[in-house]
Amino acid sequence: MAESDTPAEPTRRDFLLHAAGAFGVVGVAAAAWPFIDQMNPDASTRALASVEVDISGVQPGQAITVMWRGKPVVIRNRTEKEVEEGKAVKLEELKDPLARNANADASADASDANRAAAGKENILVMTKVCTHLGCIPLDESGEFGGWFCPCHGSVYDTSGRIRSGPAPENLPIPPYAFLTDTKIRIG
Amino acid sequence: MTAKMIRWAAAAVAAGIALTATVASAEEKAVEFPLLKPARQEWSFAGFFGHYDQAQLQRGYQVYKDVCSSCHSMKLVKFRNLADEGGPGFTEDAVKVLAATYAIEDGPNDAGEMFERPRLPSDAFPSPFPNDNAARAANGGALPPDLSLIAKARAVHRGFPWFVFDMFWPYQEQGPDYITALLTGYQDPPEGVEVPEGTYYNPHFINGVSLRMPPPLDNDVVEYSDGTPQTKEQYAKDVSAFLMWAAEPHLDARKELGLKVMLYLFVFAGILYFVKRQVWRGTAH
Amino acid sequence: MSGHSTYVPRTALGKWFEARLPVVRLLHDTAVSYPTPRNLNALWTFGGILAMMLVVQIVTGIVLAMHYAADSRIAFQSVESIMRDVNWGWLIRYLHANGASMFFIAVYIHIFRGLYYGSYKPPREILWILGVIIYLLMMAAAFMGYVLPWGQMSFWGATVITNFFTALPIVGQPIQTLLIGGFSVDNATLNRFFSLHYLLPFLIAGVVVLHVWALHVVGQNNPLGIDVKSEKDTVPFTPYATSKDVMWIVLFMIFYGWFVFYQPNFLGHPDNYIEANPLSTPAHIVPEWYFLPFYAILRAIDFNIGPIDSKLGGVLAMFGAIAVLAFLPWLDTSKVRSGRFRPIFKVAFWLFGVNALFLGYLGSVKTDDILFHVPGLDYQAVVWAKLSTFYYFAYFLVILPVLGYIEKPKPLPVSINDAILAKSAPSSAH
Repeated sequence: MAESDTPAEPTRRDFLLHAAGAFGVVGVAAAAWPFIDQMNPDASTRALASVEVDISGVQPGQAITVMWRGKPVVIRNRTEKEVEEGKAVKLEELKDPLARNANADASADASDANRAAAGKENILVMTKVCTHLGCIPLDESGEFGGWFCPCHGSVYDTSGRIRSGPAPENLPIPPYAFLTDTKIRIG
Repeated sequence: MTAKMIRWAAAAVAAGIALTATVASAEEKAVEFPLLKPARQEWSFAGFFGHYDQAQLQRGYQVYKDVCSSCHSMKLVKFRNLADEGGPGFTEDAVKVLAATYAIEDGPNDAGEMFERPRLPSDAFPSPFPNDNAARAANGGALPPDLSLIAKARAVHRGFPWFVFDMFWPYQEQGPDYITALLTGYQDPPEGVEVPEGTYYNPHFINGVSLRMPPPLDNDVVEYSDGTPQTKEQYAKDVSAFLMWAAEPHLDARKELGLKVMLYLFVFAGILYFVKRQVWRGTAH
Repeated sequence: MSGHSTYVPRTALGKWFEARLPVVRLLHDTAVSYPTPRNLNALWTFGGILAMMLVVQIVTGIVLAMHYAADSRIAFQSVESIMRDVNWGWLIRYLHANGASMFFIAVYIHIFRGLYYGSYKPPREILWILGVIIYLLMMAAAFMGYVLPWGQMSFWGATVITNFFTALPIVGQPIQTLLIGGFSVDNATLNRFFSLHYLLPFLIAGVVVLHVWALHVVGQNNPLGIDVKSEKDTVPFTPYATSKDVMWIVLFMIFYGWFVFYQPNFLGHPDNYIEANPLSTPAHIVPEWYFLPFYAILRAIDFNIGPIDSKLGGVLAMFGAIAVLAFLPWLDTSKVRSGRFRPIFKVAFWLFGVNALFLGYLGSVKTDDILFHVPGLDYQAVVWAKLSTFYYFAYFLVILPVLGYIEKPKPLPVSINDAILAKSAPSSAH
């Protein structure tokens, strides 16, 4: 076998090997990034990150559902009764005490006022995806008159807060803003 | 033995030539298009450090919008692309305003009807005709090609040996060179050349002596606000650059990344050369 | 895989694993202790380069398949959305498209190295034939991959290539209809090509395993073409061959990167940026560069040969040009492997190489082009193609069989070690 008979300074050889190894690892890591990042949403998907909705036709007791980022967002014009029911609930009774409202502070409590649209307590904008395992809850059903998820029996009240069943959190409220009195931009 | 072999081989080759030569006919070669090869232009995006000239892309878009877009679609380019990095550099707000000046059919709405709404940045450039047949009907039977990829879909063959040199000193600007040549190349047909009714003689056209597109550019047809000369040649160059960007929007990013990758590979190869030399030291081979 | 193994597990875990699945031993014997001839030159690193390219193609291909839609209505647009919208999509697609070309450049160097040094000769016949099978699978994979962007060249390439089968009498037409799943190339064709394009690389990987296995049974050939006689003739694969392979792989990447970053469309065809249109054939259709020599052979046969018409004749000649490679171990009658010791073979070989390049060029021009505007040589391209095709086959079917009997090789060295010592002796005197 070809053993080199001159004792080739081990330090130099070690240094070279380590340098090459380190260089190679850095290169492979850098090259891996494009292959991972390509799985993130592409430019056309990101461009659709906001939708504008006209809610002038939504009467009290009615709701419309629009798609935002591939998920249904419900915009409900709540009746006075529903608003009252939502307000009447004591915060201690809630399973999830946080508002889960992207437009409010992360620590805001789950009072009905913190869930409804600012200054328009009858309007509730909410991502209608069960916080348990992602099914779509049914409108105006369940024992609290809000939403009921048929998959695993989670029940939400009239302001979309989890009241019973396996879901851990209140239905999330996406970032949105009123452009005019009747026009909402979600996202 | 060897000499005999060579003589034998030479005889075989000679016989082969004689045999095939008799089959050869001296037919006249067909005319090659384009009649004139496009001239090489200077482009900011050529070469290793090339990148698009933002002002030129903006002017090019203006020419496209005011002139080309009345017949040509550009279905693969979205308004939002105008604000992309390495592009014409519009602001997002400007893109929004611009897109909204065009309508698009959307729907169906809750009543089941289609409706018109202003375009959003995520919508594509509008097409001048509802479909290809309408485009043909309005243009004497010729379909104005979609311009999204035209700068990469047209290249005049450079032929041997140029393509070999091009490999070692990259020349990837055949498309814009061709478009510039075509747009400025209209002229009166020479004596004795008949062009078909409704077509225009252009020796730079890649697919014949004449084409259906009338000369689209002339001096002062588009108003530039930045003081760039309003000549036919300038318009042609600007719109060619814009079309190159439309076809290859990530060119800037590609060349920038390429520089880094190449630098890395050269250094790495250098280190590996010394590793190899160290490993093989003292081992004759 | 051959001979006794020198692997000794050192740790307790290693021993535990070794007793249950000796995969570490397998890797050790394959890539560490495997003895390689110490006189291998840089041409022997192309096996490693090819392995790297196969991995690159599979990885980039899997990623592209995440974004590609194999539907003739949107395939073209989906490729463009990869180029425009997908994060790094332009990079990954250019890596894949140019990767195919790099793969072929490397495989052609690998093949010509084998041809020159007689690597196909006993005992490496199976090794060589496995290589020919890999080459065939590569061509099939490359062709189907080229169809996927659904541009003009994709569509018309698919049409022309599947029409090869119609050359066969009687069964030809039904076979073609079966292959493309319709009466013309359409959505059904695109879908099955996508399916097969995804499958073939894994078949290639499987045959590569057999190829490497066979290599490790018979050992590597070397520039002298003589057998390894003793341990003095070899060095262990690691670190000797590995250090060299990795260096050349990185050098090859520079070449690859040159195309990907600075001229990604040089090796492609502009017409493939036009969406497929079944109503209009491009003025001048050519296959990808790596098929050009065979395309020239196909077009060279423009005459009937007895009962075989020119169409079938062309197709047979083209497939024959590849098939003949599989018979090479028996066509070359010489007892000496390496071209270094074969003076006449050397001339014939280099002529063959130039001829192959020339065939490639002929495949790219129109058949009625005049190549040399010199009196006496101003034949049409098709005439040159006939001559070149003649030499291509003569090399395998006449020259190589005959040379073995009439050529007088130069004397071979006794061993690799002797040859190295003889070479290094004069220089060490200085």
